[in-house]
Amino acid sequence: MITSRKLDLYPILWRLPLLVWQGLFFVVPLAFMAAMSFWLVKNYRMEPAFVFDNWSRMLGRGAFWDAYWLTLGRAALAGVLATVIAFPASLFLSFRLSESARRFALLCLIVPFFTSFLVRAYAWQVILAESGPVNAVLGAAGLGPFTMLNSGFGAMVGYLTLVLPLVVIFQTWSLAAIDKNLIEAAGNLGAAPLRVLGSVIIPAAKTGLVLGAVFAFIMTFGDFVSPFYLGGSKPPTLTILIIDTTKSGQQWPRAAVVAIVMILTLFAVATAALKAAYGRRG
Amino acid sequence: MTESRLHLTRRRLLQGGATALLAAPMLNRAWAQEATQINMLAWYGHAEPDIVAEFEAANNVKFVPKYYAGGDNMLALISQSPPGTYDLILSDAEFVQQLNAAGYIEKMDPSLYPFDDFYPEFQKFPGHWTDDTLWSVMVRYGLLGVSYNTDALTREEAMSYNAYWNPKVAGKVGHFDWHLPTLGQISLLNGNKSPTPWDIDSAAWEAVKEKTLSLKPQVGGYFDYGGTFSSLKNGEMLAMVGIGDWITGVLAKDGAKVDSVIPEEGGIQWTESYSIGAGTSKHEIINKFISYMLSPEGQVKSIQMAAYPGLSPTKSGWKAIQAANPDEAKRSGLIEGADNDPIKLFREGRIFYRDTPKQQTLEDWNDFWSDYKSA
Repeated sequence: MITSRKLDLYPILWRLPLLVWQGLFFVVPLAFMAAMSFWLVKNYRMEPAFVFDNWSRMLGRGAFWDAYWLTLGRAALAGVLATVIAFPASLFLSFRLSESARRFALLCLIVPFFTSFLVRAYAWQVILAESGPVNAVLGAAGLGPFTMLNSGFGAMVGYLTLVLPLVVIFQTWSLAAIDKNLIEAAGNLGAAPLRVLGSVIIPAAKTGLVLGAVFAFIMTFGDFVSPFYLGGSKPPTLTILIIDTTKSGQQWPRAAVVAIVMILTLFAVATAALKAAYGRRG
Repeated sequence: MTESRLHLTRRRLLQGGATALLAAPMLNRAWAQEATQINMLAWYGHAEPDIVAEFEAANNVKFVPKYYAGGDNMLALISQSPPGTYDLILSDAEFVQQLNAAGYIEKMDPSLYPFDDFYPEFQKFPGHWTDDTLWSVMVRYGLLGVSYNTDALTREEAMSYNAYWNPKVAGKVGHFDWHLPTLGQISLLNGNKSPTPWDIDSAAWEAVKEKTLSLKPQVGGYFDYGGTFSSLKNGEMLAMVGIGDWITGVLAKDGAKVDSVIPEEGGIQWTESYSIGAGTSKHEIINKFISYMLSPEGQVKSIQMAAYPGLSPTKSGWKAIQAANPDEAKRSGLIEGADNDPIKLFREGRIFYRDTPKQQTLEDWNDFWSDYKSA
């Protein structure tokens, strides 16, 4: 008995810091936020209460649902676009490069994260401006100028800047782990390259592909920088709605309602995605 | 070897002496009393070196700023902080009485400030006083009107708020992301001048909302402080609602083709005022700083503040800027009788103090602003 207790304590000791960390900095604040969503604000000061006013007010507003569907749609589109754009690059990195070259390429994909995302967004402002280099090149070809900033396009450029490197990394890890014998066997059995891709490579790399897409969705859903600095808040996403709600009138309880709806949505999407990623392989 | 190391040569003595001499001021500084910290809540720029460095050096103080953008934002910040967090609060005038009602600021002694030097319009400024009790002292103000790209619109076209609906700026009208100045301007355009553009009944409020919504197809984006600057500077936006010379004045100095005018329908005055934070123990140095900022020397700094320019409420401030920087005095109209003399505009009844809504709640206006943005 004594021995088995010692054995039990050992892993618990190692897991404890993570549990304490998550408990202190995730579960407790989350519970506080949930409680706060029932509070009241009087004269810019929050007062503990248990009323449903914030919920009925926020969920009853057209502006909230407009922002909700916009954010959901944009995040889904970013997930799909990032997956599609990243896939050829990931295929190349996984099957055409030596392991050392792949390692170097993956390191290069991490480099953008060394710079603050806000700084990268400001750089895009210069590039996408009507007087910027993209329009200058298009202008030389007799096209444009096009309005790219302060639009859905601008916001999407920001989203993809944020998530593309990460999606490529997820996909590459997953693709590089595929047993090459399976691909060769499919070829030997007469499968055309597209058939190999559809029936062997994609199903085998499903986990990485889905995880990449879902990470892109999660990061985009909660991003504030792209829709604000590149999308011109036009129209506002849920993150901008949170800022507007807190900035004006000190309405933290109402902002908490938005945040909880966002968390629930992400939870549902992540659960469904994990089920898809780790479910039975067909 | 050891012996030679210990041997004190004349050169070593001189080296040691020189080092000690050079280090002496540092030691002296380290022993000196540590600088008093003054926590300031303010719009961006008010505790930057161009404004406070000389005062800091002369009085052994150090300003620690917390910056905000917009009065609602300021109230949100202060209500999250324990009493006594801020020693000095720079507030928009229309929010002073809300600070007072919430107990965030202290009474001030009028005898400490040069009110005799103020233009009469500003001596008993609405919102700063309750009867004879003073809660805040104006340090600077500015005017909001139509801000525009001079390549896109002529001055004549910009002389009405209808310029925002001009097809020449379609899709290029930006909003400074704050409801008070924007809705105030639309209210002025709708003719709501008496008593003020913010004191309107429900029919007038509905009309303001309707008029604002009709601007939506022209709108190119909603911007914070930095975004307002960059979008006007790079030509992404050709007209900006809710701002004035405080933005375009800075950009024009940089060579951007932008300007601001006070349109026929009237302009809006923003007003920045100092209040003493409740619970502070640094009254003496704070009052000294406020007096310094109201002195001709302080006003010259305030008028030319690097972050954004402001106008002077004092007669001696006008004289001082005319002597120190005649071009700036001319540009900002701080010359009696000039075309853009702000006092003249006041006396013509063309300027309205920015205020909070009187017949609706701030929340009503704010909710409409959110609805408008997502419309």
